Amino acid sequence: MSGIIIDKLNVWFDTPEARVNAVKNVNLRVEKGQSVGLVGESGSGKSTILRALTGLIPTWSGSMEVADEKLGRKRSHRFYKKVQMVFQDPYASLHPRHSVDQVLSETLRLHGFSDIDQRISKLLSDVGLGPAFRFRYPHQLSGGQRQRVAIARALAPEPEILLLDEPTSALDVSVQAEILNLLVDLRLEHGLTYLMVSHDLAVIGHMCEYIAVMQLGEIVEIMPVKEMRELRPTHPYSRHLLESSLGYKSEDNSVQ
Amino acid sequence: MTRLEVENLWVKFPTRNGIFDAVRGVSFSLGEERLGIVGESGSGKSMTGRAILRLIRKPGEVTANHISLDGEDLLQLSEREMRRIRGQRISMIMQDPKFSLNPVMTVGEQMLESYAQQAKGTRQQAKDKVLEMLEAVAIRDPLRVINAYPHELSGGMGQRIMIAMMLIPDPDILIADEPTSALDVSVQTQVLNILDKLVRDRGMGLIFISHDLNLVSAFCDRVLIMYSGRIVEACAADKLHEATHPYTQGLLKSLPRLDAPQERLQVLDRDPAWAKADSVSGIR
Repeated sequence: MSGIIIDKLNVWFDTPEARVNAVKNVNLRVEKGQSVGLVGESGSGKSTILRALTGLIPTWSGSMEVADEKLGRKRSHRFYKKVQMVFQDPYASLHPRHSVDQVLSETLRLHGFSDIDQRISKLLSDVGLGPAFRFRYPHQLSGGQRQRVAIARALAPEPEILLLDEPTSALDVSVQAEILNLLVDLRLEHGLTYLMVSHDLAVIGHMCEYIAVMQLGEIVEIMPVKEMRELRPTHPYSRHLLESSLGYKSEDNSVQ
Repeated sequence: MTRLEVENLWVKFPTRNGIFDAVRGVSFSLGEERLGIVGESGSGKSMTGRAILRLIRKPGEVTANHISLDGEDLLQLSEREMRRIRGQRISMIMQDPKFSLNPVMTVGEQMLESYAQQAKGTRQQAKDKVLEMLEAVAIRDPLRVINAYPHELSGGMGQRIMIAMMLIPDPDILIADEPTSALDVSVQTQVLNILDKLVRDRGMGLIFISHDLNLVSAFCDRVLIMYSGRIVEACAADKLHEATHPYTQGLLKSLPRLDAPQERLQVLDRDPAWAKADSVSGIR
């Protein structure tokens, strides 16, 4: 049983002037139950990998396999039941005129569940929201509460794999801690597999067992988080990323 | 030497449910230094920055004992005199280049406009100054950039252009509202180096508003920590990790750390007493 296997993935975008190769020859394996983080600067292709996996980008070559299912041009219904995504900005990813109840019941209905009422209560309590939140609209929720709703929606089809695209970068640090704790708990409870994108090395370090560092569309290094903690990355770009994330150093101080 | 002093600043907004106080009795001073203001969203840090420039729109209201710049009380000035202060003496870098640059003007036109506000020179002099500033913020191809529209540039470039624009008038004080939160770590370092250099070389005073505690602790000289419109703690930036207020400690502990892995992150327990306590003075 495998999680995600990506082999020689290339993703490109055609513009009138030229072809932009966003992801180049990427190989990545995520075992079932594992949590793997993708880091790199913006434009390095980390979100593009997630989008290609979910079928949001048609222009790719190579092979992708998710939960023993080879991915083609079209995704099966089974795929969307197994793989769900949580987006970066909870202010943009929830429909402003749908209540929490509508958001969740629509997803449940699409995936053919019948006991929708009970499932909604269960989902809300899973993500730490009381039943009082069920009939609220997104504008009545704080950023952290919205992200909880987005996570509940992702959990609705009972997926095996969650793709997390910077799930906390729009949130305050105190709220970030709550959401990260929730994600850790959910992974244990439901035995989920995570592929998480973030630009924050400390967040990836907290959540994941492996880190893949991306630069200019390529994975330059994959290492266990432990190695990153011990400051042992080998690739110069990983070192650079690690050093910048350890805090600002004035140019003068570095000379001294 | 104190350049700017703010005493007992309040920002109020009337709402249907009575008056909402966004900033409540904040006092602090700024010399030729890097002063950080940190806090969560809604803590009043951006409002403090805007209130100094009197950029709070009606029906919002700003009151203070005084906001003095080199001894001159900004609250006593007319709107016309205020325009002489804004940009030229005190500049502000806004958070998001997407919303703060004019989308239908080229970068060059916008920058020339900001130059024309304060200096009378020929068009060629203006253009030279703009190019010089773009180079100062490490933009590699300034000639291409001045003819580009904001949407044709990345967020990091947009951010640096705003910084360049604010630096043209050579201000005494710069208020930077989350200037690096949209940037990658590597570009962030570049931008901070530019700001750092300005403080050291030109003796500028910098107010650095951010929610990133580690960054502020490493970059600034002093830090004010704000919570629900008040300053709950003022300390030296390098001593931030020894901060005593439970709110500051809570924020620090909620951060995941690469060097100290934990099973669970600590969640902040808010004590209603924090919001009631009097504001701590940040005047030095």
